[in-house]
Amino acid sequence: MKSPAHAAPRSTPSSPGFLTRLWPILLVLVLWEVVTRVAANGFFPPPSTIVVRMREMWLTGPAAHLWLSDAALDNFPPSLARLFTGWILAGIVGVVFGLLLGRSVVLARFVDPLVHFGRAIPPPMLLPLLIPLMSIGTPMQLTTIVFGVVWPVLLNTVEGARYVDRQHVETARVFGFTRGQRLWRVILPSATPKIFAGLRLSLSLALILMVVSELVGSTNGIGFQLRESERAFDPPGLWGSLVVLGLLGYVLNLAFFTVERRVLSWHRAAKQTT
Amino acid sequence: MSGRALLRNRVVCGALGVATLLLLAEAAGRAGLFGQDTLPLTSTIVARTVELAGDEEFLTDVAATMTAWSLGLLLTVAVTVPLGLLLGSLPKVEATVRPLIEFLRPIPSVALIPLAILLFPDRLDLKIAVIFYASCWPILINTMYGLRDVDPVAKETLRSFGFGPLAVLWRVSLPSTAPFIATGVRLAGGIALILAVSAELLAGGSDGIGAYVIEASSSPDGLEFIIAATVWAGILGVVTNSLFIGAERRLFRWHTARAGVAA
Amino acid sequence: MLEISNLTHTYGSGPSAHTALGGIDLRVAEGELVCIVGPSGSGKSTLLRSIAGLLRPTGGRITLDGTPVAQIPDDLAVVFQDYSRSLFPWMSVADNVSLPLRRKGQSRKQRTRSAAEALEQVGLASAGSKYPWELSGGMQQRVSIARALAYRPSLLLMDEPFGSVDAQTREDLEDLTLLVRGLHNMTILLITHDIDESVYVGDRVVVLSKAPARVVGDLRVDLPGPRDQINTREHSDFVRLRGEVGRLVRGVRPSQPSAL
Repeated sequence: MKSPAHAAPRSTPSSPGFLTRLWPILLVLVLWEVVTRVAANGFFPPPSTIVVRMREMWLTGPAAHLWLSDAALDNFPPSLARLFTGWILAGIVGVVFGLLLGRSVVLARFVDPLVHFGRAIPPPMLLPLLIPLMSIGTPMQLTTIVFGVVWPVLLNTVEGARYVDRQHVETARVFGFTRGQRLWRVILPSATPKIFAGLRLSLSLALILMVVSELVGSTNGIGFQLRESERAFDPPGLWGSLVVLGLLGYVLNLAFFTVERRVLSWHRAAKQTT
Repeated sequence: MSGRALLRNRVVCGALGVATLLLLAEAAGRAGLFGQDTLPLTSTIVARTVELAGDEEFLTDVAATMTAWSLGLLLTVAVTVPLGLLLGSLPKVEATVRPLIEFLRPIPSVALIPLAILLFPDRLDLKIAVIFYASCWPILINTMYGLRDVDPVAKETLRSFGFGPLAVLWRVSLPSTAPFIATGVRLAGGIALILAVSAELLAGGSDGIGAYVIEASSSPDGLEFIIAATVWAGILGVVTNSLFIGAERRLFRWHTARAGVAA
Repeated sequence: MLEISNLTHTYGSGPSAHTALGGIDLRVAEGELVCIVGPSGSGKSTLLRSIAGLLRPTGGRITLDGTPVAQIPDDLAVVFQDYSRSLFPWMSVADNVSLPLRRKGQSRKQRTRSAAEALEQVGLASAGSKYPWELSGGMQQRVSIARALAYRPSLLLMDEPFGSVDAQTREDLEDLTLLVRGLHNMTILLITHDIDESVYVGDRVVVLSKAPARVVGDLRVDLPGPRDQINTREHSDFVRLRGEVGRLVRGVRPSQPSAL
């Protein structure tokens, strides 16, 4: 377990002047519109067409439902539920086992190859395996998501729990912290920066697996709708689903980043002063 | 000396761990703990896994997946590394493009597979295209990040000796960015395998591990072969990943020694 | 209260073995403030870690109030040199001080009160709700001292406690140490490589040799109290003791200075 999933250096979406830097996106959108209109290729509808199609698909419902259409209400909530349930379950499993493996060198030595192997299996491979075992549905999708995204959390927690600052450990020993205090007040907090790095990777991976599992074996969800658009040969609808998934990914990233900043404020500050 | 003993110990422990799991699974299977006889016995799976190693049809499929994987990865490196270097050395352009990257990167790559199915009639092109989209991000970001990390003193030293910007890029910036690029490529390698398999599962077609698995699922004892193929996919992942790590350690010993970076 | 006899410690084995302690004998009486000085790499920290029970020495005996030290003694506290790594950055200052008190079986209310009291004694009455990294280095080290005070140890070990702060802060912290030692009946063992500091703070200065460390000098400091950064340091006894300790640390025979 020497090489945990390494966090790609992150950008800061909320850095100052962000709004003023949005103009390149507008520019690209305008260019996109012009080029697609001129080229008139059916696979690449102009953004305006995509927006109209998105409105048609999802925003034609009654005001009481916030104008969300049945298609939106049928597909968005299940997707989000799967995504978050899977991610949270994987987070819990990953942190618990990560702490265990991080603190027990012997146990880690026994489980090491299994972890490496499990992590290396491309998670979509599980779908054809699980579908005959569990049949199509949410339990099967959740299993896929949990199995696929647990590794970054697990490996990062192991790393974080293993390399607790020696001075922290000794302070805890000198002042006679109990096992529980050591775990809750020393090991877990000092592993949180790593745990969060793992959770962030897992979140984007969970989105990917949510989509795959819905593309392959589902009867609802955004991925399912995407597949339907493909089968119905409806490029604007397909692009619409893509836009929604992209926005979802962006919002998740941003939300996670905000929470992380808050929770780990001590980490950044403590790093700056030393 | 003691280090070697520890390593041996580690291998023994790891083997014991694997063996224990296999035996437990076998025992549980024989005792009927897995409910109906849907899940094949561990011994059957092991036998099938060994069998597949000599199965020509399966090996052809593995070769097809790995071809798409390596071509896709090569294309990504060939395009993305120069692009990253360019963006990394032109901060103004980078600042302009940054919001675009931030909006494009979170799009879950597999969601592009249905679109790619419509766009690419050829399965290999399709796989390479989605692999490219998914694996360009870690490489691009790592390259830009690594370039920013280059020691300015080293650059100025060379410049003070009268070297031009291209020489500085070639002699200082590129070598010190290389370890970051390598990390990006390793991460991209894992993602590329996921995409290759997903594309095969979704797009059908006649070759690749994913296609093999779909074909197997239609036969009555297919599950045994599906699990065996999954085991091989895991082994492929382990092997490629450790090859990358081994190469990184060998090539960039100076990097880890200097910065203590966990690559 | 603290007795150390023939303490030895060797790191590693074989040709790469390094003997840090080469047979240390030391007795510390209750209520004493003993400074241990020695050249860097003289095994000072090894000695302290052995007394704290953080390290199992390879030979010799340490007893605290008659009982041999096998693990970490109950009423012992340590102030480490590296305050930024000894205080927990994810807890507030008050939590850092009060958390160890749970072991003393105090109720939440008592703990809060003890922590506030200790923080007041070190002059940080209003810093309880802050985080360690919001404070300067000297203030962080005050927090560590407050944590040790609140714990009411019978033996307080200080490992180069003022080694990472600037000169002015260092003097303040030295005076703080002299002030708080009077508050509770604590025995203090302070490790330092600063000769002036050892004489200024200690009742007794014990000098260690280079590794493998032995006790090469044990001097009683009889300076008129209360001690003061300006006057005490000008006192002729201070100057004499400083010279003596300095020669011992550099390995010059103690008979030579007395011949002068």
